[in-house]
Amino acid sequence: MPLPYYVSPEQMMKDKAEYARKGIARGRSIVTLEYRDGILLVAENPSSLLHKVSEIYDRIAFAGVGKYNEFENLRIAGIRHADVKGYSYSRGDVTAKALANAYSQALGNIFTQDIKPFEVEVLVAEVGDANGSKSEIYHILYDGTIEDERNYAAMGGQADEIRRFLKDHYHDGMGLDESLQLGVRALSVTQNKTLSERDLEVAVLDRTKERRKFRRIPPEALSQLLGTAK
Amino acid sequence: MNEDHRLHAFEDYVSSSFVELLRRHSPHLLPGGPTPDVTDVPHGTTVLAIRYRDGVIMAGDRQATAGYQVASRRIEKIFKADDLSGVGIAGAAGPAMEMAKLFQTELEHYEKVEGDNLSLEGKANKLGQMIRLNLQAAMMGLAVVPIFAGFDEKAGVGRLFKYDITGGRYEERDYDAQGSGSKDARDSLKKLWKRDMVRDDALRTALEALIDAADEDVGTGGPDFVRGIFPTVKTITRSGFGEVAEDEVRRVCEAILAERAKTGNGS
Repeated sequence: MPLPYYVSPEQMMKDKAEYARKGIARGRSIVTLEYRDGILLVAENPSSLLHKVSEIYDRIAFAGVGKYNEFENLRIAGIRHADVKGYSYSRGDVTAKALANAYSQALGNIFTQDIKPFEVEVLVAEVGDANGSKSEIYHILYDGTIEDERNYAAMGGQADEIRRFLKDHYHDGMGLDESLQLGVRALSVTQNKTLSERDLEVAVLDRTKERRKFRRIPPEALSQLLGTAK
Repeated sequence: MNEDHRLHAFEDYVSSSFVELLRRHSPHLLPGGPTPDVTDVPHGTTVLAIRYRDGVIMAGDRQATAGYQVASRRIEKIFKADDLSGVGIAGAAGPAMEMAKLFQTELEHYEKVEGDNLSLEGKANKLGQMIRLNLQAAMMGLAVVPIFAGFDEKAGVGRLFKYDITGGRYEERDYDAQGSGSKDARDSLKKLWKRDMVRDDALRTALEALIDAADEDVGTGGPDFVRGIFPTVKTITRSGFGEVAEDEVRRVCEAILAERAKTGNGS
């Protein structure tokens, strides 16, 4: 019986990470920004039906980049996690932190145990309420690495460049229109075309809304906010 | 074998039902199940729904009654199910409120997973299935019999449904009432209801019926001016689920009672 080839653990992890990173780099990016009334999520997504950004719970949103079927699976798992928790305890007990940890565990396990790692990065955002509790943004990588981000976050293909751009241009207290324009500029920084509202999927966690803070921004409203309305 | 495994994964993936999720992972959180014979638990008494020009109006008294005792004077019996529908609960108050909460979660869960709303028909059927889950408990005295009403976006009208304890679902066209005072409320509605009422007329009709029910049924609470407790009234129209402010309910109740005092009508 032939012996299986020996591959060192270091090499195996390196190969998997490279594989996952390549998959993610092929996809388009997403940026998240805190603005005056909450959190803005902007994705470059030409499809108006297959979402990259969606609602998880009252004040929690989800965004995913990479392979659609994989982050879609994670999205549904997240909704299940949140709904079961909110139903058995109370709505206030559902937190982004617990959800981000669950994602981190799941992705970490898949990365070490499965032959093929998930080619995704996901983002979990929770908007703080009006009486001053902080907003939270968690960024979880394909191998389960988890980071909490402040003010803004970027993930996907050219995330590093986008992050650098945001670092130079972000400031506190922006209105929705200003932060949206910044977000779109950040997404176009790595390409030589301007993005129109048809290439974008935009949603906000708006703390001025009742209970469910998540709201999609339709294309008509988008072109108004971007100042491109005819 | 492999094929099997893949199909299972697919089944798991397509289920956007919260109730199914609980059945699989946390069955102890579902309603129903065997219970000992219980009497004297708090019961919700009268709720009603009326169709009017813009949609439906739902109203309920505020009292929970256990045997011959008032268990609570302030419970709410009309719950928002989602933006375009509501549930009014009657029967054993504990399981009924639990069911309303489960139903809300079910609708929201479906909406988030699918990115789309269930049809009104779909929501009504789902509620029927949940009542059927509770049948065993219902036979032991914990019956839950809600009214479900909502705005049907496709048809552009308000619709309402009543249920029996087995989950049987019956659509009513114009109005219905449920709970211990429901017969009196229905008698009242039968005489007062008219086609295409405007909101204010529908509100008054609903409150007339609740006052009649409180008058005739010992379990139903009337407007309580001393404590400031009034029936809850909600409207469901094309533009969503709305609340009728307590102040307005109080004024209409006052007007109804003043007129009855003056004319002797309804005494």
